Amino acid sequence: MATTPNAATPSELSLNSRAWFRRIRGADEIAHLITFIAAASILLITVLLVYQLWVNSAEARAKFGWGFFATSTWDPVAGDFGALTFIYGTLVTSAVALVIAVPLGVGAAIFLAELAPPKLSASLTFVSDLLAAVPSVIYGLLGVFLLVPLMRTTIQPALKKTLGFLPLFRGPAYGIGFLTAGIVLAIMVVPFVLSVSREVLLAVPRDQREAALALGATKWESTWKVVVPAARIGIFGSVFLALARALGETMAVTMVVGNNPKISASLFSPGYSIAAVLANEFSEATGNLYLSALIELGLVLFLLTFILNGLARLLILVTTARGSGVLPS
Amino acid sequence: MSARLIWRKSLNAFMLSLTGICTLLTVSALFFILGYLIWNGGKDLSWSFFTHLPAPVGEEGGGMANAILGTLKLLALAALFGVPVGLLGGVYLAEFGGRTVPFLVRYTADLLNGVPSIVIGIFAYALVVMPMHHFSTLAGGIALAIMVIPTVLRNTESFLRDVPRALREGSFALGANKWRMIATVVLPAASRGILTGVLLALARVAGETAPLLFTAFGNRYWSPGLMQPTSSLPVIIYTYATGPYEDWHKQAWAAGLVLLGLVLLTNITVRAFLSRGSSYERI
Repeated sequence: MATTPNAATPSELSLNSRAWFRRIRGADEIAHLITFIAAASILLITVLLVYQLWVNSAEARAKFGWGFFATSTWDPVAGDFGALTFIYGTLVTSAVALVIAVPLGVGAAIFLAELAPPKLSASLTFVSDLLAAVPSVIYGLLGVFLLVPLMRTTIQPALKKTLGFLPLFRGPAYGIGFLTAGIVLAIMVVPFVLSVSREVLLAVPRDQREAALALGATKWESTWKVVVPAARIGIFGSVFLALARALGETMAVTMVVGNNPKISASLFSPGYSIAAVLANEFSEATGNLYLSALIELGLVLFLLTFILNGLARLLILVTTARGSGVLPS
Repeated sequence: MSARLIWRKSLNAFMLSLTGICTLLTVSALFFILGYLIWNGGKDLSWSFFTHLPAPVGEEGGGMANAILGTLKLLALAALFGVPVGLLGGVYLAEFGGRTVPFLVRYTADLLNGVPSIVIGIFAYALVVMPMHHFSTLAGGIALAIMVIPTVLRNTESFLRDVPRALREGSFALGANKWRMIATVVLPAASRGILTGVLLALARVAGETAPLLFTAFGNRYWSPGLMQPTSSLPVIIYTYATGPYEDWHKQAWAAGLVLLGLVLLTNITVRAFLSRGSSYERI
């Protein structure tokens, strides 16, 4: 036979979609497979991410071993690399950020969950969500041109005068440094603390509040002694989430931290962070060892945030599940 | 009233007003940022900012047309690579998934979402830039796409799950098979929510600087095609703000205003109009 039975099919397909739909009834399997590949690709991307970081940092890992984390020299010319100053800077700036952001965020969450009328609460949460959407380079821009001069001329001298007896607030006021970076980070992570804390507070059952009020507690006492403890674990979760954000935040920190690899007890001192050194030196890194040392820093940052995020999600899951009495699917 | 009661009541009033002040401080930050950017960037925003290339160093004026186009190209690539994967993956989780695989995918998506953007940059560098031996728009687009996928996936899943069971059963009762039910009933019903998720994810990566620093890099001229380094708004704000020239600083403020305006406008429009109610309620 010279005629091919399939020749007419394509035009039939376009002409009669109803017939086409009937023809591929068995297509459920194909749809299943295609969507499965898409879903599985996220696992693949993550595995590939870890693999790339691991393989490309092999040279630095082999050369420096665990000593990488204990030495503070960073000398690209001599090929001698240690991560201590960067890890220190990352931890200090994040700690400063949390000290400011957690009370602020939890306080605001209490107001929005317990006191504000629902309409007001919803619109204020909307504003806080928008704040979370502001790009980090914008925070950096404001940091460089507004906060740094303000710190240098006003805030740091004032802190030195009042709290100067602490080693934290000593040394010359440059404007840039750990404290400034911490403050910028704090403003950036407050929305995360706020929105998650508000959610877990709202998940605490209504009867708990009413029982406390019925026993004669004031509004504050019912909130602080009953509702907040019940939501405690979830609030911790929000703090971890904020910490993970702060550790990995790059641009705003790079722009105000001073970019000076130095360990100093003073928060006024310019410093450096893991993310900042990556942003500054990665595209200019010459030589394989230099590049692989930087990639190892990236690996460290990845592992830190990966663990913190995993922990945070677990804590939030536990509280919201217990609070609302239903297990989320 | 006993002294104790007075103490308790005043503590109540004090702490409650303190939480109010916390809220006020947090919320006012946004208005302050916006106001300060308009104040500083508004006066340097002109027509030529949108139509001209950057002026040579030392010369006044010039614009950021190439950076604006670069950002749009990067976003288009991110949408092209990221949205289909996220969308289909979300369909799998909501419609096909069993127990273990969806849990694993969901957890990984959340974790990937929390990976610092600079690390995504390193990944894209190792994946695309190293084999090709040069920076490119493509590498930047892939970095942004990786950041778009988890958000779109999780969003799509949750909006698909909100589609009522009755709609699915109705479609089965009419004899549709599963994928036809998904394609013609469930996805259209959830389309509004899914679109919301996609636009919010794109608005988020539009402002990302860190993953572009060593993938898309930067360029003072136009960047034809996808294989050359390109300028982008966030990176040029960073470069100009940390540069030494007064004129650069002015341009950085103007670019900051444009970027923030773009991001906030998308967020407000999407959240206010698209997310209000699901579209299946209107069917």
